[in-house]
Amino acid sequence: MLNFIGHRLLVAIPTILLISVFVFFLQKLLPGDPVLTLAGEDRNPEVLAFLREKYRLNDPLYLQYFHWIGNALTGDLGVSLRTQQPVITLLAQKLPVTLQLAIMALIIAVVVGIPAGILSAYHKGTWIDWIANIVALSGLSVPNFWLGIMMILLVSVKLGWLPASGYQPFADDPLQSIRTMLMPAFVLGTGLAATLMRHTRSAMLGVLQSDYVRTARAKGLSEQRVVIKHALRNALVPVVTVITLLFGELLAGAVLTEQIFTIPGFGKLVVDAVFNRDYAVVQGIVLCTAIAFVLMNILSDALYRVLNPRMSDQ
Amino acid sequence: MKIKPIATLAAALMLTASWAGAQDLRIGLAEDPDILDPDQSRTFVGRIVYASLCDKLVEITPELDIIPMLATDWSWSDDNLTLTMKLREGVTFHDGTPFNAEAVAYNINRSKTLDESRRKSEVASVTGTNVVDDLTIEIMLANPDATLIAQFADRAGMMVSPKAAEEMGIEFGAAPVCAGPFSFTERVQQDRIVLTKYAGYYNADNFNFDSVTFLPITDDTVRLANLRSGDVDMVERLAATDVASATADDGLQVEKAVSLGYQGITINVSNGDRAKQPLGQDSRVRRALSLAIDREVINQVVFEGVFAVGNQPYPPTSPWYNKAFPVEGRDVETAKALLAQAGAENVTIEIQVATRPEPQRVVQVIQAMAAEAGITVNIVSKEFATQLSEQTAGNYEASQIGWSGRVDPDGNIHPFMTCEGGINDSKYCNPAVDELLNRARTSTDLAARKADYDAALAILSEDLPIIYLYHQTWLWALDDGISGFTPYPDGMIRLGGVSKSD
Repeated sequence: MLNFIGHRLLVAIPTILLISVFVFFLQKLLPGDPVLTLAGEDRNPEVLAFLREKYRLNDPLYLQYFHWIGNALTGDLGVSLRTQQPVITLLAQKLPVTLQLAIMALIIAVVVGIPAGILSAYHKGTWIDWIANIVALSGLSVPNFWLGIMMILLVSVKLGWLPASGYQPFADDPLQSIRTMLMPAFVLGTGLAATLMRHTRSAMLGVLQSDYVRTARAKGLSEQRVVIKHALRNALVPVVTVITLLFGELLAGAVLTEQIFTIPGFGKLVVDAVFNRDYAVVQGIVLCTAIAFVLMNILSDALYRVLNPRMSDQ
Repeated sequence: MKIKPIATLAAALMLTASWAGAQDLRIGLAEDPDILDPDQSRTFVGRIVYASLCDKLVEITPELDIIPMLATDWSWSDDNLTLTMKLREGVTFHDGTPFNAEAVAYNINRSKTLDESRRKSEVASVTGTNVVDDLTIEIMLANPDATLIAQFADRAGMMVSPKAAEEMGIEFGAAPVCAGPFSFTERVQQDRIVLTKYAGYYNADNFNFDSVTFLPITDDTVRLANLRSGDVDMVERLAATDVASATADDGLQVEKAVSLGYQGITINVSNGDRAKQPLGQDSRVRRALSLAIDREVINQVVFEGVFAVGNQPYPPTSPWYNKAFPVEGRDVETAKALLAQAGAENVTIEIQVATRPEPQRVVQVIQAMAAEAGITVNIVSKEFATQLSEQTAGNYEASQIGWSGRVDPDGNIHPFMTCEGGINDSKYCNPAVDELLNRARTSTDLAARKADYDAALAILSEDLPIIYLYHQTWLWALDDGISGFTPYPDGMIRLGGVSKSD
């Protein structure tokens, strides 16, 4: 297993480098001059020239890239053009926020999605299945920004139960932190729960019809044991892959949800950075999320092997 | 007497309110400010934070008169080349450093010489300073500059602690140290900026909050929802479309002030090849476009009638407005006649516009109205950073864009209309206008200045390198418990005298 992970990590390095090259040059293709946005309303030519020089925007592109990647390898991702803060500090500030949102949303998704999927597969074709499917379909089709605003209006403005938006660091006040993050996690989690439910359902359907489940039933095992112990474990294999990939996506930042609930995570940071042509920040975030994604992929493959030991021999 | 008990009760309530422990004021901002260094910063929203953090040499009144702040008195030499300022006594920066003439000299020098300074143009006329005594400073100018005092009423006049600025260099914005009523406590980017009351402030009694928290909440609906749910006490830039519902809400109050800036259509008259179109080459086509537009319709359709229509770089409420040229009504027939004279019937023009919904709607309304005069408008949407760089590069025919506005009229007109103007993206150049605008900025005689601006405007109304459309109205929504708030045309939030009852 360690061999496997080590091998995958090595393969990941060129992948990440390739992504960094791609993002760097793609960004430079964007129209719009970062120095103009940086200079603000007063476009003093002296200041424009100074900023171009300072941020090496006069260098040829390949030199700019090598300069950036060289520094990145030593842990220096540059400074935000917009606020002069080191990108690494910004990432460190945002990571716990995005992580908390991702974990809370994922918990909601798993707690709702997997049991719903099991129930719906087990009671296939009955009213339970129908309701679960309708709810899941709604979860997938309702846009997050709409659900978010509706929830703010209902839960915060009308009922006054939860704060409308914002963020409270978990370490400062865990309870308040969970309270502020509950609505966004719910909004984000509903969509994911629907995806999970669909995957669990189809996996369970396949497994429940297999021979070994029939054998287990024939042995006289209780239904609960058959479903949870025998069927679910095998059905979970593809579901786990979906979960880890979803988690990777969540780490890239939930742009719309963060925007609506004013959560200072990766998503909000990257959107603002793109609009301000804050190249260093965009590159930093993309590099970070690329790494997160690759790690999640490796984790997913590793878990696959744990759940299904036969994979290891292949 | 019925009034007396009520007044007593009110007074008692106010007292309890001010004694009710640490009071925090939470303000919802429409954007996240950029770097919090007055010399480096460039956003409008950053200035809202400065209004509580950094005092300036001079302040403005809601009527735009200049009044003392850190400078208590000032006078010009006979040749208008030396400005002598008397400074307030007993003022200290948040780090305890005394505020004096040396500090002013340091600050002016920093604005002029810091490589990253965005204030260079604003203090360009200053050649040096002379510390006369601890509380008197002379500022020497290369040429008379009537706009300088107004610059000192904004970021160029914000005084930062020389000690802190020396220590932190260009990172000063990470923990700014100024001389305002509140000192900097913490900032989490895109989340919050927290300021704490500075006990050593010279006018501390006038400030009723122990702390102020600024929360950037970019979505208009969510910002208002936060106010309604009580998570913030006031929000700035309420959406025009929300004014009716906020006004109808018993728990809220709405305040407004017409801004100093404008929105209009900048036309490329000689900025590269794209200027070589009927619109750029013939002022009759531009006048026809202007006449085809009913500005009040734009205001009603897009902004629910909340904004102010306009046709000059400053709003009709401004003392600088030229009353000889009132906002014209729509006149399609004259527009058609002008197009015929110019030989440009059925002309097609292209207007670039930012991707945000409101400017899009403005241009769509213009498109419909222009069509009736025989002008086909093609709308090209560009994300703002792109729009800006296309405009500078001359890769546009017409661009719907605006200006946030300055206290002195010079700031709204000179950089756009003079041949060498720093933001003259239409590359309009008329020596007669240059002469008038250059002279207006050197005179300290208000009547003479007004006459020059009026004369320049008479020419510009014919040439129309910018078709002015409307002036934004700053809108604030406040919780009903907030009292003492005064709306200012610069859109700032000044907390002196503002209080909150629970």
